[in-house]
Amino acid sequence: MANGARDRDGPEHRPADEAALSARLRRLGNRLGSIRPGQPAEPPSGAGPTADPSAIARGFRLSTELVAGVIVGAMFGWLLDRWLGISPWGLIVFLLLGFAAGVLNVMRVAGVAPGPGAAGNGVNKN
Amino acid sequence: MADPIHQFKINKIATIANIGGHEIAFTNSSLYMLIAAGVITALMVGATASRSLVPGRLQSVAELSYEFVADTLKSSAGTEGMKFFPLVFTLFMFILTVNMIGLIPGTFTVTSHIIVTAALALLVFLTVIGYGVYRNGFRFLKLFVPSGIPVYILPLIVFIEVLSFLSRPISHSVRLFANMLAGHITLKVFAGFVTMLGGLGFVGWLGAVLPLGLTVSLTALEMLVAFLQAYVFTILTCIYLNDAIHPGH
Repeated sequence: MANGARDRDGPEHRPADEAALSARLRRLGNRLGSIRPGQPAEPPSGAGPTADPSAIARGFRLSTELVAGVIVGAMFGWLLDRWLGISPWGLIVFLLLGFAAGVLNVMRVAGVAPGPGAAGNGVNKN
Repeated sequence: MADPIHQFKINKIATIANIGGHEIAFTNSSLYMLIAAGVITALMVGATASRSLVPGRLQSVAELSYEFVADTLKSSAGTEGMKFFPLVFTLFMFILTVNMIGLIPGTFTVTSHIIVTAALALLVFLTVIGYGVYRNGFRFLKLFVPSGIPVYILPLIVFIEVLSFLSRPISHSVRLFANMLAGHITLKVFAGFVTMLGGLGFVGWLGAVLPLGLTVSLTALEMLVAFLQAYVFTILTCIYLNDAIHPGH
């Protein structure tokens, strides 16, 4: 009953209502349009891994990142030694560099350092 | 006591072909991969068959997994990353299903072999490099050159960044492999204690309650790990893809 009543006296109100509604929709659409493109355009790359929703997942990541850096450094140094015949030096230098890379990985997972390619020295981040 | 490593043995089921003196065999590992692919396909096809507006049980499983992966991908790689959705979703479902199937006693865990996880990690790594270079050209190399660094330490930083980049597939694959391997060995060892203590007679069976309880709770933990490892693999894939889409951010 109530529906029918509203339907019946609807047509008189419709033009004004609809104009107002479409104006509001347009305004809303404009505002959404100005917000939306900005949102996905800047994914949390600066904060990168910090945006992990799950803390356990981050814990699992921390455990292997350091080891992986050291392994890659050692592998590189060993190969360089074999190819160039500079026996201990490649391993020594690249093991240290690999350790540094591992520490960098861990700092990135922990959210202390910015992601790769970002402004480097953390000073302008804070 | 049962050998805890025995469960990871690869058995040949049938020989498919011989290529250049190498035997290409269908193994139990391949069989379980096929089973996982079959389970996923059955789940997805079965879930979307009815396409009701109010989802049934199966359909909500499919919708939940879709939304979960889509949200993860969007939040770390942006809407542009959605073009990689098929890859990321496939990786997530495959690893999750394979891990879960591996928890059923008597089955084979595909992800407990590093060659499998390394292949998956290298797939992601090469996709990142390929798409990054295709999309950004030389600007992709900005990934290794942080801005705002004094020139005199720049070479050192670039070396470290390159090593850090190269360490990605290693940590990506070793994490999944090591967690699955260690979890399954632990389960097997504690389950082995039950039968060992049982051999001592009545007192032994009483004592066996302890490792049995541990095995049950470890199974629950392993379920969590199986899901979390699939999730970690997925979110790392998303973060790496983000580097390919927006280097130098």
